[in-house]
Amino acid sequence: MSVDSPGFIFISAALINNFVLSYFLGICPFLGVSGKIETASRMGMAVTFVMLVSSLCAFGINIALEAIGAPYLRLISYIVVIASSVQLVEMFIKKFSPALFRALGIFLPLITTNCSILGLALFQTSREYNLVQSIFFALGAGAGFSLALVLMAGIREELDLADTPSIVKGIAIVLLVGGILSMAFMGFAGLGGGS
Amino acid sequence: MTAEPQNMDVFLKGIWKENPVFVMALGMCPVLAVTNSVINALAMGLATTFVLVMSNISVSLIRKLIPKQVRIATYILIIATFVTVVEYLIQAISVEVHKALGAFISLIVVNCIILGRAEAFASKNGVFKSILDALGMGFGFTIAVLSLGVVREVLGSGTFAGFRVMPANFEPWVIMVLPGGAFFVLGGWLMLFAWLRERSVKRSEV
Repeated sequence: MSVDSPGFIFISAALINNFVLSYFLGICPFLGVSGKIETASRMGMAVTFVMLVSSLCAFGINIALEAIGAPYLRLISYIVVIASSVQLVEMFIKKFSPALFRALGIFLPLITTNCSILGLALFQTSREYNLVQSIFFALGAGAGFSLALVLMAGIREELDLADTPSIVKGIAIVLLVGGILSMAFMGFAGLGGGS
Repeated sequence: MTAEPQNMDVFLKGIWKENPVFVMALGMCPVLAVTNSVINALAMGLATTFVLVMSNISVSLIRKLIPKQVRIATYILIIATFVTVVEYLIQAISVEVHKALGAFISLIVVNCIILGRAEAFASKNGVFKSILDALGMGFGFTIAVLSLGVVREVLGSGTFAGFRVMPANFEPWVIMVLPGGAFFVLGGWLMLFAWLRERSVKRSEV
């Protein structure tokens, strides 16, 4: 499989270079919303959707900005697009699932400041992906984010029952577990075919 | 607390009592991502401080002009503008650092610390206090990234800012410069602070 094929891009973004565990993008929701599997998986879905929408928009914007020769506006336009698509998702969820809306709480509007979304748009620009590659990149990144979040939530549900020392309670234990998860994901590096 | 906090307190609280990283757990992404060497950590800390100061000044200056409904969007635009400035600045000063930090310079935009301070402090206080607040928070952030960067570089590659500090037969802990190490070191620092806090609570009880 060549490095530029959509399938490889998907696997690379989801497993080998997992957005959360090896690029450290989207750490805030990773630490904040990973308490319950239920919430974590829905958060993952919401983020994946926003990723897909903003990836498509970013692709279009980039072409437009290149055409008018104003690449310095890239960052500002990306962030505006992301903020609006988050707003869209928020309205959508509020209408169709008020329970989920309450469960996600403050973390829903905070998807705007989730670095994984902006990071995705910036990476796809700097790597000069075409439209198909961008879509697979967004899907892979979303899958990777959801995977990391759900894995973490599963571990934390068990941790609640465990007798942990008082000094690691809270974020410290999550970080230590995250470190171990990250080491586990390093095992996927071989999938890249030495790239 | 008095209603009018002292200037010195405004500055100092960001460094220790309300340290954005260690106490409030904000802005974790850059803290974990770019701290594999001291130089990268320092550049990240300074860049973030600069954006923090400039955005706090701007927000504080125009805080009475912004309608309440669009304030967040306005803050984001202000921050994005200064981040673009910083990105070109770093590229002009050192192409090497720019390459090492990569997308994480642009990602300062979504650092929750900056938006948080604009919303929680600069939108309610005068320019002078906002500058102090931004400097305090910025230094607090810089100290936090440096404390990770130093541990990770010394243990992971046996060097400090590029100079060898460990003995020649020191076997580097490769895990420290890999992603996993970042989680472990930050977790370790948080444990240390939790332990210190617990000890001081116990002492005050005795």
